[in-house]
Amino acid sequence: MVTAVLSDSDLRRRAWEAASQVVDPEIPVLTIADLGVLRDVQIHDGRVEVAITPTYSGCPAMNMIALEIELALERAGIGRPTVRTVLSPAWTTDWMSEDGRNKLREYGIAPPQASNSRRALFGEQHVACPQCGSQNTELLSEFGSTSCKALWRCKSCREPFDYFKCH
Amino acid sequence: MTVANITVSETPLVLYTLRRADDALILGHRLSEWCGHAPMLEEDMALANMGLDLLGQARELYAYAAKVEGRGNDEDKFAYLRDVRQYRNLLLLEQPNGDFARTMVRQFFYATFADLYWRAMMRSSDATLAAIAAKSEKESAYHVRHSSEWIVRLGDGTEESHRRVQSAIDELWAFTGEMFSVDDSERGLIDAGIGIDPAPLRSQWLKTITGVVGEATLALPKNDWMQQGGRSGRHSEHLGHLLSELQSMPRTFPGATW
Repeated sequence: MVTAVLSDSDLRRRAWEAASQVVDPEIPVLTIADLGVLRDVQIHDGRVEVAITPTYSGCPAMNMIALEIELALERAGIGRPTVRTVLSPAWTTDWMSEDGRNKLREYGIAPPQASNSRRALFGEQHVACPQCGSQNTELLSEFGSTSCKALWRCKSCREPFDYFKCH
Repeated sequence: MTVANITVSETPLVLYTLRRADDALILGHRLSEWCGHAPMLEEDMALANMGLDLLGQARELYAYAAKVEGRGNDEDKFAYLRDVRQYRNLLLLEQPNGDFARTMVRQFFYATFADLYWRAMMRSSDATLAAIAAKSEKESAYHVRHSSEWIVRLGDGTEESHRRVQSAIDELWAFTGEMFSVDDSERGLIDAGIGIDPAPLRSQWLKTITGVVGEATLALPKNDWMQQGGRSGRHSEHLGHLLSELQSMPRTFPGATW
């Protein structure tokens, strides 16, 4: 095994690199590192343990993400890791990287507004259309095609679009 | 039913966790019954989404109850292999969907409570329950907003929508008291800082409910008599029908996997 000759810190770095390439099955332009779903990689007695956190409690993509991490690490010659789900601290859209936000917008999904405060959640929302950039948009449905998205429509270009909810 | 029920060692913490898990599972299942039947596509997705949030919360809570109990039960066994009298959910949540107004009133009463409850539970001295609370609190905030908007839209809508939502409020009101009640098994956990006392949450709950109901030109019933029993396994006849559907596969084909 390759792992035998690697120090723990090298192994950890390689495992993180491999795991961080895994993409969200629902939003394939984002990696789990962009999303902040990948929380930690630790080495215990030469065994790799990867910690992930769900975006929403019932997110059905979590099982698939765990499987993809196992495959990614095996493909990288690191061997099968233990994938652990952690709930605390609870995931927030604040963890999404700037790069991730830009990739989302280019993909046609409006990125979450920066703050996850309750005021932002219950106050006025101004979501820019990811297609034409117009601020003249309206909410169609609080709940969209996946748990983490809402459905909006642009009143300028008339295109409906997904909005990644702040959370 | 050919498969034996499991037995559960209901220590206070196991029981406390199972009660919340059952709440989430039963309401989540009720919402899933709307899938393909909601009045419009957006609502179909909204109800399924909220059901999914609740199912996720139920899974975390069942997994934790199984760990605390430590007798080989797991989330599937808790969900599929307990009968009506072993379920510990609030009576409110097993009530049939009825029409859309009734589903929304049930959701509004519960989500407004759950939002306050989970926010308070974030301070639980039990790290796992506090972590589940932090996750659930964010989700319930969306459920409150969604259902309260519908209460206003229906109440302040047409004569018929007003009549329907008012009748749902009148019928479900007697089930709201159970959310704020505490029994001996919970008292010790509350004193230890593991559980929280729900009674003080009622004034804030009532304030939110009263505000939305007023804006919707609706009224709360004067009657304050409250029905209880779900927490100790005394359920309405509706839960048995729900469970027979929820459990039919694992009861008919024990241990089936795919």
